[in-house]
Amino acid sequence: MHPLADKYLRQAALPLIFCPGCGDGTVLNVFLRAVEEMDIFPDLALVGGIGCSGWLPTYLRADVLHVLHGRAIPFATGLKLTDPRRKVVVFTGDGDCVGIGGNHFIHGARRNIDLTVIMMNNGIYGMTGGQVAPTTPLHGRTQTSPYGNIEFPFDVGDLARAAGATYVARWTTAHPKQLLRAIKEGIEHAGFSFIEVLSQCPTQAGRYMEGTSDPGELLTLFKKRAISVERARSTAAQDLRGRIIVGKIHHLTEKKEFSKTLYESFPAEAADNQDHP
Amino acid sequence: MKVSRPKQQTTKIILDDRFCKGCNLCVQVCPQKLFSQGEKRSRGGYRMPEVGHEKECSGCLLCEMTCPDLALTVLRVGK
Repeated sequence: MHPLADKYLRQAALPLIFCPGCGDGTVLNVFLRAVEEMDIFPDLALVGGIGCSGWLPTYLRADVLHVLHGRAIPFATGLKLTDPRRKVVVFTGDGDCVGIGGNHFIHGARRNIDLTVIMMNNGIYGMTGGQVAPTTPLHGRTQTSPYGNIEFPFDVGDLARAAGATYVARWTTAHPKQLLRAIKEGIEHAGFSFIEVLSQCPTQAGRYMEGTSDPGELLTLFKKRAISVERARSTAAQDLRGRIIVGKIHHLTEKKEFSKTLYESFPAEAADNQDHP
Repeated sequence: MKVSRPKQQTTKIILDDRFCKGCNLCVQVCPQKLFSQGEKRSRGGYRMPEVGHEKECSGCLLCEMTCPDLALTVLRVGK
């Protein structure tokens, strides 16, 4: 077992519940490294929604909320406002974040509250049996779209930026080192940080949409499809079809953060909060 | 002229048979192709990968960071 797992994970809960080759484990692995390198474990508070990705924070020996489907960001908002010194990180899936909790997501981004939202996007509702999700690609075959999906998928990075998030990045599980840097930047950034991680689901999305359940092949597909933000700018729109634009999509430091603004408006309460850590 | 010198082993790769689920992602991501599908079973009953010619390891840690079950550790040995 890795020494970081020894240090930060609840030993009684291991091994991880994920299917063999699931990308969510890679995200956990990278997140532990970010925690170790930034040394923020005592200040950490984690919130998880429902779905495979919602299980992820429950393995850490930190303070964890495992909450209602789609309602991870409202709970995290409350947590951040009661104790603004906390580093609040939300783990959520694509169905949880933009499907069921879509409205909560855009309003969290609009307020620019200091949360780090890590959204694992596998393009399908994996845990419940492989139903079509708002992020399922066009013509993707799932259990509830057996003749191919006829709906257009969300571009969640653009949605977050339009809603007012001040840090937006997208990476895949085939880029663990870049993802580590993005998570560290997202936690450091004072404001709503949104990190989308395209993560392979060999059991559902891989088998029905990509035609392979081999996680290695799915990772190769991610590498093949990825194109950096800089290169995508100078590429024609028809060449970008089916490609994954990766990198730091948006970073804005001027916008004021919500919990800071709130405590500045009520200095007496802020002082009271300082007395009770 | 290419100078070849004997390579010294600088890393040790440890696979934990309690947690490995045999997904073979390490086989895929290693740039030096050190891993291959093995025959040995992990405690969960999955076929674990095998590590070959470990001297070629460059210590990039891609396998360690990608392993979804945190079963893989790359230790630095020697200097």
